[in-house]
Amino acid sequence: MRSLRIICPNGHLGFAPIRVDSFRLGIAARPDYIAADSGSDDVGPIPLGTDTSTSPLAWQTHDLEHMLLASRELGVPMIIGSAGDTGANSRVDLYVGIIKELAAKHRLRPFKLGYFYSEVGKEHVRRRMRAGETVAGLEGHQTLTGAELDATERIVAMAGVHPFIELLKAGADVIIGGRSSDSCVFAAPAIHHGFTEAHSYYLGKVLECASFCAEPYGGKETVLGEITADAVEVTAMHPDQRCTVASVAGHAMYERSNPYFEHVAGGTLDMSECRYEQVAEKTTRISGAAFRPAAEFRVKLEGAGRIGERFVGMVGIRDPYTIAHVDEVIGWARDKVRERFGDTGYELHYTVYGRDGIMGELEPMRDRPGHELCILVQGVAPTVAMAEEVCMTGTRQMFYARLPDVKGSAGSVAFALDEVLRASPAYRWTVNHTLRCEDPLELFPTHLTTAGV
Amino acid sequence: MATQKLSELAKTIRSKNAGVDLITFDIIFTERATYERVKRAGVLTRETVCKLYRIPPERISDFVEFDPANAIKFTIYRLRPSGSPGDPDIFGAQQYAPLLDIEVPAG
Repeated sequence: MRSLRIICPNGHLGFAPIRVDSFRLGIAARPDYIAADSGSDDVGPIPLGTDTSTSPLAWQTHDLEHMLLASRELGVPMIIGSAGDTGANSRVDLYVGIIKELAAKHRLRPFKLGYFYSEVGKEHVRRRMRAGETVAGLEGHQTLTGAELDATERIVAMAGVHPFIELLKAGADVIIGGRSSDSCVFAAPAIHHGFTEAHSYYLGKVLECASFCAEPYGGKETVLGEITADAVEVTAMHPDQRCTVASVAGHAMYERSNPYFEHVAGGTLDMSECRYEQVAEKTTRISGAAFRPAAEFRVKLEGAGRIGERFVGMVGIRDPYTIAHVDEVIGWARDKVRERFGDTGYELHYTVYGRDGIMGELEPMRDRPGHELCILVQGVAPTVAMAEEVCMTGTRQMFYARLPDVKGSAGSVAFALDEVLRASPAYRWTVNHTLRCEDPLELFPTHLTTAGV
Repeated sequence: MATQKLSELAKTIRSKNAGVDLITFDIIFTERATYERVKRAGVLTRETVCKLYRIPPERISDFVEFDPANAIKFTIYRLRPSGSPGDPDIFGAQQYAPLLDIEVPAG
């Protein structure tokens, strides 16, 4: 094979629907694969913790339907990574079910549907830890402890190219992947067809967010990537978008701590010697990528743990004296919660909009608050009743705060709502670690079934 | 010639999560000459970022001058992972504002 062409219509399938017109132009270019990633940890720990999607079912189905019909019409494989935002097992099953229903609805001829799971049982991780394995922390996390593992609700492992390639070898026409590195969804077919790892991973890197590598800015538009023996070329499909040296190099930086290195299971893509060249109006060519295999095969794990039920309250402050002493008002309310519930066993958070609500301790202007403040109060506790009372006490007691020189003596804060509202339960990321594996497929069991009629 | 603000010189100034424990900042210029001018001026360095955001140097995980994109990029550690209760910016998307007013001396 001299070259391989893949189109990507969406950088986070389901989060917002694909734009159909540029997708049709991509299909008209007759690609060899249609692929998209469907996951993100940007959505926070709640979807993984509660085993839900943040994307609506209607949008997930919309995108899968367009991709499936095009894939079957062209007779080329379709690949999805990180099904349903989190890539948890239930999300893989959800997407496999959607594909089967769509195949029946459109009376598609039978095709091979491959899928793999990415969830890792807590007991599996615990056994490895007991056997002396270090579950190493990433990005400032300490080595995983038994206590943090206990606090974790669900763990997914981040697959590399390996389970995708396994399913391609088995002849899968459609692949639904569990949690996987975005770039590997595209790198896998390229490696499967014999292209170098370096260019294959770069192809994945540039395609993973669809039109985010094009300009002018506009998401959810289709882009086409082509890999050859010595380079990758990427072309915008939307009539008004172009892939330029600036837009492609700019995308190499997006959402990553360093623009030169991308870590995947099995190694690191090194982009430090990449050369970018505008070869046509809408096309940029990239060469010079390198791939450094890892000395040890380590897989990234993501885990979320439940903290408790959560309620939110909101107050406003207009008196400049009270604004200047807002920390004392908060301190008063915290004391009242402490008197009722003690020092631990709950969380109480105050976000002071108008002072440092958005940036917290990073805010350079926190000593110059605005003329009015809005304070968001969050109470988190093991039970609904306790969370409500923590939040209610922490909110309402601000009204009764006693400041020595305040002129207004009828209430220290303004209420727009004299109530607290139930919010989603609070979760936190407990696991951002790596685990050594002997076999790249160890954590990713693959399955093959048939869909269509 | 008077100084200019970074917001007048850069095409893009943004912040965004880079995984759950990091927030990354991108300052991208259209013209190579403008990018070189800001680099030369020394107004956007590890030291100036630490001072502006009032953080110790160890909070910065990466600081890169990325020539292919005419861009300066740095990344900082969060104190708690994104989306923890009380995190007011789950995507890390509004942390760049203090960069807008950095004064850049005339070239």
